[in-house]
Amino acid sequence: MIQAFAFYLFAAIVILSAVLTITARNPVHAVLWLILAFFNAAGLMVLVGAEFIAMLLVIVYVGAVAVLFLFVVMMLNIDFAELRAGFVRYALIGLAFAVALAAEIMIAFGAWQAGTIELARRAAPAPDTVPNIEALGLLLYSRYLFVFEGAGLVLLVAMIGAIVLTHRERSGVRPQNISRQNARRPQDATRNTQPTVGQGIEL
Amino acid sequence: MIGLTHYLVVAAILFALGVLGLIANRKNLIVMLMAIELILLAVNLNLVAFSAFLHDLVGQIFAMFVLTVAAGEAAIGLAILVIYFRGRGTIAVDDVNRMKG
Repeated sequence: MIQAFAFYLFAAIVILSAVLTITARNPVHAVLWLILAFFNAAGLMVLVGAEFIAMLLVIVYVGAVAVLFLFVVMMLNIDFAELRAGFVRYALIGLAFAVALAAEIMIAFGAWQAGTIELARRAAPAPDTVPNIEALGLLLYSRYLFVFEGAGLVLLVAMIGAIVLTHRERSGVRPQNISRQNARRPQDATRNTQPTVGQGIEL
Repeated sequence: MIGLTHYLVVAAILFALGVLGLIANRKNLIVMLMAIELILLAVNLNLVAFSAFLHDLVGQIFAMFVLTVAAGEAAIGLAILVIYFRGRGTIAVDDVNRMKG
């Protein structure tokens, strides 16, 4: 009973906040609705016992990706009113696409539930004795080790790519040259003079 | 009782909303990227639901990799968005086809 209530609550909030994400006038609000959608999707995942993915969703999406979106939205100085132009016109086409896709997926569910499609043998049956995170770790660091390393490589490439893309050489600034600073010696920087009285020295 | 079908219906609606947002927000690249995130969230929800109800952990492993690729995609997409805005002063995707070379 409580599970059904929690499911309907989370599902309703996910769908509602997804609608508000794509229709919000202000992109900052859209990001905040997106965060709400992610939180409630994580709740849905907790309900079926996938705690680790749920926590990963909260940490990676809410903690990193959504904050990245917020940064970019606030960094760019955009006139958001003109961005809404043509929304209604495109929304009609989009609605047609969306309804067609949703109907297709529902039909696929119907076909799947009719049971004519043979499911393959389970690749990694979920054990009942160990908790979810432990079972995932056992699988991830043994059978899927190389795929896991590949995922790390993907993240590295994404990081380098983002830095390379947005980096720009700025002219007119005087950056600190640390090796030159370290190479400077007192005898190069100072000199001893003995000026005669009344004449001073030339600087 | 809540079964697999309930989850699949929620994910299907979420996916359709993502596609709708992708097409409807043609002028706003940021919201388009967010719609892509919604689509990937729907995919993850599907993977996790199947994994839980079929007692097969590979779905959750794969959901993790989808999450990784989604994070990379968001980073690269936003970087492209930033340099595009820097050069052009707008983020409407209608004239991205001028972005050559």
